[in-house]
Amino acid sequence: MRRVWAPLMRFGVLRFPGSCDEVDALAAARRVGDAELIWHADSDLGGADAIVVPGGFSYGDYLRAGAIARFSPAMEAVIEFAHEGGLVLGICNGFQVLCEARLLPGALLPNANLRFTSRQVHLEVVHTDTAFTRACGAGAGGPATDRLSIPAKHSWGRYYAGEDTLAAIEDAGQVLLRYAPGENFNGSLRDIAGVRNAEGNVFGLMPHPEHAVDELLGGSSDGLKIFESMRLAVEGALA
Amino acid sequence: MLIRPKAGILDPQGEAVERALPALGFTGVENVHVGRLIELDVEEESQIESMCEKLLANPLVEDYEVELLTR
Repeated sequence: MRRVWAPLMRFGVLRFPGSCDEVDALAAARRVGDAELIWHADSDLGGADAIVVPGGFSYGDYLRAGAIARFSPAMEAVIEFAHEGGLVLGICNGFQVLCEARLLPGALLPNANLRFTSRQVHLEVVHTDTAFTRACGAGAGGPATDRLSIPAKHSWGRYYAGEDTLAAIEDAGQVLLRYAPGENFNGSLRDIAGVRNAEGNVFGLMPHPEHAVDELLGGSSDGLKIFESMRLAVEGALA
Repeated sequence: MLIRPKAGILDPQGEAVERALPALGFTGVENVHVGRLIELDVEEESQIESMCEKLLANPLVEDYEVELLTR
């Protein structure tokens, strides 16, 4: 239970030309804390406690998805923030941007079926003891795994990493989300839907937790668990 | 710069093209891969390698070749 006088943690949500999910990300973040948008040309993160790199088609996704956004002033600041240990969540295009920035291992390639696909997917939470998944399961002492039902919508979502990298991230517990059996529609290697960095403060996933924060819309609020996990991590660190 | 998917990585675009060719009567075609060509004018050749590594290609998943043409 949060004490009423405790200050809310603050999320900074990036907005690039071509972003389209930043407003939902902002609304989702505001369910657990304060949140403000950060324009891509701004290199000041405004003292945010955590950053969300949202979905969309940053800079038109020309060349490769996320390739150009990675060099924006806001992203340069996010890379520095991440290197200092700040929490960074990348959703869909944000995941692609974080991979392009080498904050996360691997790359996202065109879906194996070459189609843009939009559907609800079931995900298995592989680890519930991380800064991004600790509100999954039944909380501390609860089951170590959980299933999330959240939407995915993308055409470049096929997770790829070389065999050595895959083995290393599996061993280090960096694969946090997998598509449940039969749900891997994009051809991701080892059914990977979300990975974190080795340090545990940067996480990216292709499905959209920010679109599943209210059961009235889409029938699931599972996405809120990712934002709630980040709140718990930040407030744990601040306490 | 000629940029192509690294060997061994699933290339669904190449596969789709490969499947389309026999339908038009072109037989005996294999190993189709689709990449991209980037043309540019540059004053300082020494920058090209770094341009490819940092932006034009993703070395994790793509190979690239550079061809220099002088005007």
